[in-house]
Amino acid sequence: MTPLDGFDLVTPTTLDEALALLASDPAARPLAGGTDVMVQLEAGQLPPRRYVSLWGLRELRGIVEAPDAVTLGALTTYTDIRRSDTIAREYPLLARAAEETGGVATQNRGTIGGNIANASPAADTPPALLVYDAAVELRSSAGTRRVAYAGFHSGYKQMDMQPGEIITRVHLPRRSGWRDYYRKVGPRRAQAISKVCVAGSIAMDGPAVRDVRIALGSVAPTVVRAAAAEGALRGKRIDGESIAAARRALVHEIAPIDDLRSTAEYRLRVAANRVEEFLRG
Amino acid sequence: MARLLDVLRQQAGLTGTKEGCGEGECGACAVRIDGELVNSCLVPAAHAANASIQTIEGVAARGDLHVVQEAFLEHGGAQCGICTPGMVLAAVDLLERFPHPTEAQVRAALAGNLCRCTGYMRIFESVLEAARRISASRL
Ligand SMILES: Cc1cc2nc3c(=O)[nH]c(=O)nc-3n(C[C@H](O)[C@H](O)[C@H](O)COP(=O)(O)OP(=O)(O)OC[C@H]3O[C@@H](n4cnc5c(N)ncnc54)[C@H](O)[C@@H]3O)c2cc1C
Ligand code: FES
Ligand code: FES
Repeated sequence: MTPLDGFDLVTPTTLDEALALLASDPAARPLAGGTDVMVQLEAGQLPPRRYVSLWGLRELRGIVEAPDAVTLGALTTYTDIRRSDTIAREYPLLARAAEETGGVATQNRGTIGGNIANASPAADTPPALLVYDAAVELRSSAGTRRVAYAGFHSGYKQMDMQPGEIITRVHLPRRSGWRDYYRKVGPRRAQAISKVCVAGSIAMDGPAVRDVRIALGSVAPTVVRAAAAEGALRGKRIDGESIAAARRALVHEIAPIDDLRSTAEYRLRVAANRVEEFLRG
Repeated sequence: MARLLDVLRQQAGLTGTKEGCGEGECGACAVRIDGELVNSCLVPAAHAANASIQTIEGVAARGDLHVVQEAFLEHGGAQCGICTPGMVLAAVDLLERFPHPTEAQVRAALAGNLCRCTGYMRIFESVLEAARRISASRL
């Protein structure tokens, strides 16, 4: 008897077959690389149910470039992301997130779709996806829809995804002219869960901020965009005054907690300091 | 559902692959599937169907130690041995991808493998020494 005895895993070979399997059993859940699901199963944290493996669906893996967007299949692994020149050049925050996730073995199996759908507030690619205005494509046997990633997670482990639906793709609009910043703060450089993660991107118009994006992990029930801090910066010069205003706005819009990894006070201070570091370039 | 780790150890009798944490953190259960390093405690056995799996038993396949294993022996890279199969596989995997790694690359490649005995330095030395021997043998 092992903790996995009550779980059944089916391995469809086409996307249509996978969607039909999910549609026929509302309790069934998808399984991609298994780097979150297998841990939770072995810890006895999940009810017995059927899992539908997406791992064999090659059509969901890989990075495709188009003039207006770069698209990642949901099964694209951290290793795939690290090997992509396009991602390194145009979406360095995503490359950094992949590099700082787990070790080699986790990077070989962990997927971007799994990172989003696992819905951890400490996940490391979501801050990058928020900064890049990502959109998520969802598919079920009933059809396909596309939603902005901002707002996809509505509360702790809550998201805009119905049983029977899976994430099929992540779209990143093409971009240029931004300066990017990423800083994951954990107990160890490698294979650590974030205490705080800050991703930012800024575009200047002469001396003033034309536009700015700041997103944070591990400081609220979901990964969040710091809209108020961004608002305090748009159109302003980067100086002591605008930085202080952004820091003030930030502490009101994030709500870190004390948990086994860190304290609310530490997270609040480190988040504000990292945002300042980003702004000072 | 069965874990690849249990199929290897219990059904195939390949007990070189170890279970440390059972949750993806320690690398003791590392094997390679079609040349990719994975932690077999997190891989459903069905995900390895029709694939080629390399365990520690296959590293010294013809009875001769791999240069990584020789270097571990000579440089004190192994003590109790629990982490060693995973460490060796992670090192073999690194040297196939990057035959001339820097120490930073060695540390990054082994970041998912925990060792409670050696303090790591001797492991890093072993891997760097194996890399030197591989380059020397190619000259
Ligand atoms: C040692 C270790 C270190 C880790 N380090 C990090 C880290 O540093 N940062 C970090 O963010 N994460 C980390 N993780 C967590 C994990 O590796 C990532 O969240 C990974 O991206 C999950 O992807 P997966 O394919 O393995 O997901 P799975 O475990 O297969 O699935 C995770 C969840 O997503 C659902 N799901 C998967 N794919 C889809 C899809 N296409 N559509 C809909 N639902 C889907 C599943 O039903 C499940 O609920 C770590 C895990 C381990 C074991
Ligand atoms: S036993 Fe698999 S990683 Fe520890
Ligand atoms: S030699 Fe004992 S854990 Fe590494």
